[in-house]
Amino acid sequence: MKAAQKTIFSKKVFDRPATLKDARFHYCPGCHHGTIHRIIAECIDRMELRENSVGVAPVGCAVLLYDYMDLDIVEAPHGRAPAIATGIKRALPDRFVFTYQGDGDLASIGMAEIVHAANRGENLSVVFVNNTTYGMTGGQMAPTTLLGQKTSTSPYGRDFRSEGYPIRMAELLAGLEGVAYSTRVTVSSPAHIRKAKEAVRTAFEMQLQGKGFSIVEVLSTCPTNWGMKPLDAQKRVLGEMVEYFPLGVFKERKQADFE
Amino acid sequence: MSAAPAAGAAKKVLAKGNEAICHGAVAAGCRFYYGYPITPQNDIPEWMSAHLPALGGSFLQAESEVATINMILGTSSTGNRVMTSSSGPGISLMQEGLSFMVGSQLPAVIVNISRSGPGLGGIAPSQGDYFQATKVAGHGDAHLIVLAPHSVQEMYSLTMLAFDLADKYRNPAMILGDAIVGQMKEPYDPVPYVSPGLPEKTWALTGCKGRASRHVKSMFLTDGAIETHNWKLQDKFREIRRAEVRSEAYMTDGARVGIVAFGTAARVSKTAIQWARKEGIAVGMLRPITLFPFPEKEVRAFAEQVDAILVVEMNTGQMVEDVYRSTTRHDRIHFFGKPCAIPTPDEIFERIRGLAGGKR
Repeated sequence: MKAAQKTIFSKKVFDRPATLKDARFHYCPGCHHGTIHRIIAECIDRMELRENSVGVAPVGCAVLLYDYMDLDIVEAPHGRAPAIATGIKRALPDRFVFTYQGDGDLASIGMAEIVHAANRGENLSVVFVNNTTYGMTGGQMAPTTLLGQKTSTSPYGRDFRSEGYPIRMAELLAGLEGVAYSTRVTVSSPAHIRKAKEAVRTAFEMQLQGKGFSIVEVLSTCPTNWGMKPLDAQKRVLGEMVEYFPLGVFKERKQADFE
Repeated sequence: MSAAPAAGAAKKVLAKGNEAICHGAVAAGCRFYYGYPITPQNDIPEWMSAHLPALGGSFLQAESEVATINMILGTSSTGNRVMTSSSGPGISLMQEGLSFMVGSQLPAVIVNISRSGPGLGGIAPSQGDYFQATKVAGHGDAHLIVLAPHSVQEMYSLTMLAFDLADKYRNPAMILGDAIVGQMKEPYDPVPYVSPGLPEKTWALTGCKGRASRHVKSMFLTDGAIETHNWKLQDKFREIRRAEVRSEAYMTDGARVGIVAFGTAARVSKTAIQWARKEGIAVGMLRPITLFPFPEKEVRAFAEQVDAILVVEMNTGQMVEDVYRSTTRHDRIHFFGKPCAIPTPDEIFERIRGLAGGKR
């Protein structure tokens, strides 16, 4: 080894992933979209998928995914990303296809599309960002809004007697035969970020191995619409959110169905 | 279930209209079909489910028409030819996705073998979806290219044309038929598909290997961008209106009474015209083949030629508004329509006779 390489400072240990464009995020302070974008970008880089990927951008704050990820990306109507991803994957089965969706998108208006794509075992990956509210439209109630949580359309707090219960998507989808991998993570601490990255990587591996549908639910913040400081928002995720939405792997298929 | 005619087959093929659409689609290179069952067009998904896998394509019965049109959007965004078919209520559900496809400039062929409405209506053949097809592809200033076959031959050949027009203009194209033209069986000539030499799809999403990454989108948030985009779309529609009008002039020589009708209504009108001509009545028809773009100039000239125009539709009066729009000779325009039934040749003949008066 040459002398210059021995010094620790000559080795780059942290850099912008090639998959992330050199652009500043528009997200609010304390929002987790940026962290989750970076996790995906790092996984795509590490797995050398960038030039082989087609992403599906959601509605909501992350619709501008293509402004940040240097990938081929198509924009989806509200909730329909899994159907669009199905159409892409059927036409290009050897490409890596993923959707990025929020809770209003995936668990409300797009419930049919996500359930059926999952049930068909479409060989694609979904990153599902759950912050218990509709972020972009101004903090209305989501299917994942916790009981008692005040939002702009549940001003007295969500009441199960009139609004029903928060939906646990990772568990719901894990019950479907077509699902290869379903897990819930958070990015509210460095240790959780490492685990989340492993989960995203596992989900992507599932697709590369042809094992079928994979989903990573990421509990995340919306400090602006929650009316919280960023650090308090982190605490809410690790407190009441994790209490109702437990972290963990709910399904992991070891072998592809068709092996 | 008839197999698709072999490439360059010389013999005529006996097929249902709905099957001929499938033959035309496959001949034009369509290998992807997604759809949701609805009467009276189920021959199409049934044919596609039986034949597409062997052709190396993909058939999928979607969970809804809403999912269907987005599967179409997804496959189209990869640059592949893709088709769906439905009927009235299903097309209504697809309108969100159709608007997104117009906005995202994505080609595809959408078949509407329409039924009578509104609402669940009935499964009787109808042309009640004319407004929806030609005016309101979905929200926003969106248009579809709309073709209206009136024979099994055209179900085949106009489907091939629809794929070419969709690709040429990067816009969804619709085949607007009904249960009669979909279910009737007659021989057609399986003319081979000839590609018009379309430009390469330099917008298609295939993974960004060896090139800059691409986006397919319909949202434009920066200052003025959505207005610019809309004007660009309107320029495209203007060019379609200029270059892609298609119509048939049927027995128009010396005609004093003119019929304007499309699809099945035009097919029935042809019989009435033949009867009337045998009786010495000078009647002919201008049949729009493209409903968008509408043959405005042709209708205008026809209105100048004849003394009276009879617009025949299987609805309560929709295309007749485009006929009014195309000419100032409004006093010449008469309408005969039925919303949920086919006008008979006798009924049309009677009206021709009434309009001809003494001018035989």
